[in-house]
Amino acid sequence: MPSLKDLKNRIESVKSTRKITKAMQMVAAAKLRRAQDAAEQARPYAERFNAVLAGLAAGVGESESAPKLLSGTGDDKVHLLVVMTAERGLCGGFNSSIVRLARTHADKLQGEGKTVKILTVGKKGREQLRRDWGDKIVDHVDLSEVKRIGYANAADIARDLLGRFDAGEFDVATIFFNTFVSVINQEPTAQQIIPADFEAPEEGSSTLYDYEPDEEAILADLLPRGVATQIFAALLENAASEQGARMSAMDNATRNAGDMIEKLTIEFNRSRQAVITNELIEIISGAEAL
Amino acid sequence: MADTMQFDLVSPERRLASLEATAVRIPGTEGDMTAMPDHAPTITTLRPGVLTVETAGGAEEYVVTGGFAEIGSEGTTVLAEAAMPKGEVTADYMGSLLAEARDAAERAGPDGADAAAKRIADIEAVGDLIGVRAS
Repeated sequence: MPSLKDLKNRIESVKSTRKITKAMQMVAAAKLRRAQDAAEQARPYAERFNAVLAGLAAGVGESESAPKLLSGTGDDKVHLLVVMTAERGLCGGFNSSIVRLARTHADKLQGEGKTVKILTVGKKGREQLRRDWGDKIVDHVDLSEVKRIGYANAADIARDLLGRFDAGEFDVATIFFNTFVSVINQEPTAQQIIPADFEAPEEGSSTLYDYEPDEEAILADLLPRGVATQIFAALLENAASEQGARMSAMDNATRNAGDMIEKLTIEFNRSRQAVITNELIEIISGAEAL
Repeated sequence: MADTMQFDLVSPERRLASLEATAVRIPGTEGDMTAMPDHAPTITTLRPGVLTVETAGGAEEYVVTGGFAEIGSEGTTVLAEAAMPKGEVTADYMGSLLAEARDAAERAGPDGADAAAKRIADIEAVGDLIGVRAS
C-alpha cells in the first residue's frame, strides 16, 4: 500500500497535469474559432471558383484537346496519395484516422496491381506511415514553421504536385484530410484532385458566357489554380478539425484527471484514517497493559 | 435598367469587398474592360493590374494579380489570386510580387517564357501606374 506521502505526491502531479490539459483545451478552443473563421472566409472563393470551373469543364471536357489535368493521362497506374495530417499530436484520433483511411486506400490500390506513391504533409502522418510504407514516401512537406496557413502554402504544394504531374511521375492524385463536421466529429475524407473531378452542373441553370480569351485558354489557366484552391480548402478544413479534435481530447483528459484526483483523495483520506486508528489502538492497548 | 449591380472581390483567403457598383474596370488578359449593369455574361482571366470599382460614393481601386472575373446577370465577381486595396500597397509588397514573377520566369520552360516575361512587365507597369516602385 502506498504511503501517505506517495499519495499526496501523486495527487499533486495529477493536479498539475489537469492544469496543463485544461490550458491546452482553452488554447485549442481559441485557435478553433480562428481556424473556423479562416475556413468561413475562404468559402466564397472556393465556391465561385468551382462553379465556374465545373461549367467550363462540362463544355470542354468531351473534346480531345481537353487538358490533361481534366481528362487525365489516359492511364491510372501510378497513384499519388497526399496525406495531410497535423504537425503535432495530442489531438485524439485526428492523425490516426487520416492515416488509417490512406492505408486502406493504398492497400486496395496495391491489391489491384497499381503503383502507390505517398506525399506527406505534416509530421505526424509521416511518422505513422514511415514504418510500413516508408519506401513509398516520395516527399514530405513541412508546415511546422507555419503559424497561420495561407494560400501561399497551398500554392507551393500545388506547384510541387503539378511539377511531378508534368514530369509524368503519377497519373492520379488524391488528397486525404479531415473534414470538419463539429467539435466532436471530424470525418476523414479522400478527394481526387488530379485529374479534376467535378460534379456536373445542373442542366439549364448555367448561363451562357462569353469567354475571353477562349474557353480552352481559360481552362488551362484555371485548372492549376483549381488544384491550389482545393488543397487550400483541405488545409483549412484540416486546421479546424485538428483544433476541434484537440479540444475534445483535452476536455476528456481534464475530466479523467478530475476523476483520478477524486479517487486518489478518497484513498488518501482512508489511509490517513487508518493511520490515526492504528495510533489510537496502540495508545489504548499501551494504557491497558499498565 | 438597373443603375447598380452587386460587385464582389474575393481572394482565396477572404472577401475583400462586397458593394453596389455602377461600373467596374477590369484588367483582363486581353485588355481592360469595363463592366456596367446588364453587361453580357462574360468570363475573363486577369493580368496583374489595377481594378477600379465605381460606386455612388466614389471610386475604389485594388491591385490584383491573376485569377478571373465573372460578369453575370446578377453582378460581377472578381476572383483574384492576390488582391489589395491600392492605398495599402507597399514597395515591399510590389517587390515580393516581382520576385515571385521573376522566380516563375526562371522555372518556366520555353513555352512559358513569353507569358512569364509579360507578367513581369505587367507588374512593373502596375508599379508605375500607382507610383509605388518595387524595392
